[in-house]
Amino acid sequence: MPKLTFKGGVHPKDNKDYTCYDKIVELEQPEFLVFPLSQHIGAPCEPLVKKGDRVYKGTKIADSAAFVSAPIHSSVSGTVTAIEPRPVPNGQMVNSIVIQNDFSDEEDPSVEPLDYKSVKPDDIPGIVRDAGVVGMGGATFPTHVKLSPAPDKKIDTVIVNGAECEPYLTSDHRVMLETPEELITGLKIILYRFGITNGHIAIEENKADAIELLTEKCAGEGITVDTLKKKYPQGGEKQLIYAVTKRKVPLGGLPADVGVVVVNVDTCTAIARRFMYGTPLIRRIVTLVGGAVTKPINYRVRIGTPVEYIIEKNGGFAEEPKKVIMGGPMMGQAQFRLDVPIIKGSSAILCLTEKEAELPEEEPCFRCGRCVAHCPMGLMPLYISQFSRLEDYDNCEKYNITACIECGCCSFECPAKRHLVQDIRRGKQEVMGRIKARQTAQKEGK
Amino acid sequence: MENRLTVSSSPHIRGRETISDTMLDVVLALMPAAFASVYFFGQRALAVILVSVVSCVGFEALYELIARKKVTIKDYSAVVTGMLMAYTLPVTIPYPMIIIGAFVAIVITKQLFGGLGQNFMNPALIGRAFLLAAFPVHMTTWALDRVNVFGAADAITGATPLSTEYTGTMPSAFEAFFGQMKDGGAIGGCLGETCAAALLLGGIYLLARRVINLRIPLAYIVTVAVMSYIPGKNPALQGHPLLAVLSGGVMLGAIFMATDYATSPTTRWGQLIYGVGCGAVTSVIRLFGGYPEGVTYAILLMNVLTPLLDRWTRPRVFGEVKNK
Repeated sequence: MPKLTFKGGVHPKDNKDYTCYDKIVELEQPEFLVFPLSQHIGAPCEPLVKKGDRVYKGTKIADSAAFVSAPIHSSVSGTVTAIEPRPVPNGQMVNSIVIQNDFSDEEDPSVEPLDYKSVKPDDIPGIVRDAGVVGMGGATFPTHVKLSPAPDKKIDTVIVNGAECEPYLTSDHRVMLETPEELITGLKIILYRFGITNGHIAIEENKADAIELLTEKCAGEGITVDTLKKKYPQGGEKQLIYAVTKRKVPLGGLPADVGVVVVNVDTCTAIARRFMYGTPLIRRIVTLVGGAVTKPINYRVRIGTPVEYIIEKNGGFAEEPKKVIMGGPMMGQAQFRLDVPIIKGSSAILCLTEKEAELPEEEPCFRCGRCVAHCPMGLMPLYISQFSRLEDYDNCEKYNITACIECGCCSFECPAKRHLVQDIRRGKQEVMGRIKARQTAQKEGK
Repeated sequence: MENRLTVSSSPHIRGRETISDTMLDVVLALMPAAFASVYFFGQRALAVILVSVVSCVGFEALYELIARKKVTIKDYSAVVTGMLMAYTLPVTIPYPMIIIGAFVAIVITKQLFGGLGQNFMNPALIGRAFLLAAFPVHMTTWALDRVNVFGAADAITGATPLSTEYTGTMPSAFEAFFGQMKDGGAIGGCLGETCAAALLLGGIYLLARRVINLRIPLAYIVTVAVMSYIPGKNPALQGHPLLAVLSGGVMLGAIFMATDYATSPTTRWGQLIYGVGCGAVTSVIRLFGGYPEGVTYAILLMNVLTPLLDRWTRPRVFGEVKNK
């Protein structure tokens, strides 16, 4: 079978050997857990508990009335000790619920398995929302929103994103190997929601064991396992949809515009666990890796666990880290401090040594054009970054700055080591703000 | 320990390749032509190349020191410019003229416009164009045999086969490919341009290393080949596509000059149009112009069009046209 892929992209060293062969290890629970009220894209939640309240594993502790939002559940049983601003992985301070663990692991009475076939397909999104499921690949877009497309958008394909194209990351790989039943059930639930049968599990070729296992497990289920070429950003939503279906998501559009829903591997199993065991999203798989880490490993971590606790349980740092990144090296966020908690979108803790974190000095652009050739979105990063630096936002917009997915291919490939993505990201925020202001002005004008 | 953590924007890893790697690749790719030039034109060819490279690197360092900028001679770009300019000079050129050319190339064309990547015309070609305008006789005296380091005055000279004044037998395509007549004499021309085989070898290396792609050189060469069928001022050359491509500066221009990053488009279509444009202008000058050769001015003219070509041929953004 031909390997599926997209145009552009880069080939960083994948560095997955450190962790891809070892089983996921259940991490012990910490005494204090922190639940930021905003760990997804959309409206922040309001706390449903107050200081001193008793909570259980699976108790809903925060929710929002907004559609684009997702509730938050306690991942342990214990007592609320504080609701106060705490640092989160994106560098901000966010109002958070702090829970002291009583280590009894008592479950909330609401935790009840549910046969998905016994509910109406249209009720699935509501149940998924109630379980707090968001995109766990890092974007943390609430999953129920994807499962509730506008009525005029007919969904005919569901793709489970098992590309895991970021170097170092192996959590999805391990999940596919260790809990394939959960993965397949999750996909079947989504297919059931749309009343369709066209389900895909798309996996990069470097995970041959997962491809083999899932192909075997999916035999007779009507689910296709696709082999993707190993190339970054193969797991980018638009790139993945193109690779699997050859459909192009229109500029500024959503996957639903081409009839596709994409979910991440761990998101898919989270949906399955809601129905199979009744548990909401309270834990995730985190890859702990990098030269500064004592024992690179995949942990099953309760959401809310502080990063420093995970590192302490791993035996401390092997070497002093120069940079700690939440997520992969291509798109992850560098951390200021290590008391931030694991949130729903934290796929990895990457601890780079001084040598690994070293970034070469920026040199002048000599217009080699590699950024243009490698951009998976067909943009011209050399010009856009220049316009952004010059604060020429009209030209930024003309050159489609908002289409940038910030994958980092241009910066990675640039021989002059220019900070292209950084410049573009800044310009993009500015342009988005201007577009929004224009739209508001237009509305008011009418 | 928290405050010792570095925080920066993603991506946190970078590819290994640097500007100097790329430039060093070009230097390597230019080596076969250097050997060929010494073989055909003698020790003086080596001396010309060395004088050109040393003065280009020297001017770059000197300018940057005076302007209090970071000295960037380690990126090898001045070495490339020096080699390329030397390849466009006749072997008998007086040494002081090379130094003047290097000044025009590095200081005026490159550094005064902001240094690496900011020049909008090819420095080596501007250096050559300046010398051609300032010293037309010295720049069009072609040695036909090897020349000693200090033997420029005694060299046996003749016209280039592209010239209407050429009286010898036309070289065959085979002879033009290797740059040597059957009787052992060199074909009149600039240092680096006569041996197409050596240039091609370098070109294949650059393609294999992905420093350049085929679009510009191929478009250039094919255009010149096709346009060789048009009747022009020199009937002896009409209808000889191979000869048209293999003689004069086309190979050197197409592989090494027109592909200069700073002065060529970055888009696929831009590169194709640019290559065709270079070929067309070269041919028009050869066919109807006052000069026997047109590569220099063709590329310089297309250099100026590069920003426009980039603007006109912006790639289609992924998903820009709606799916059916």
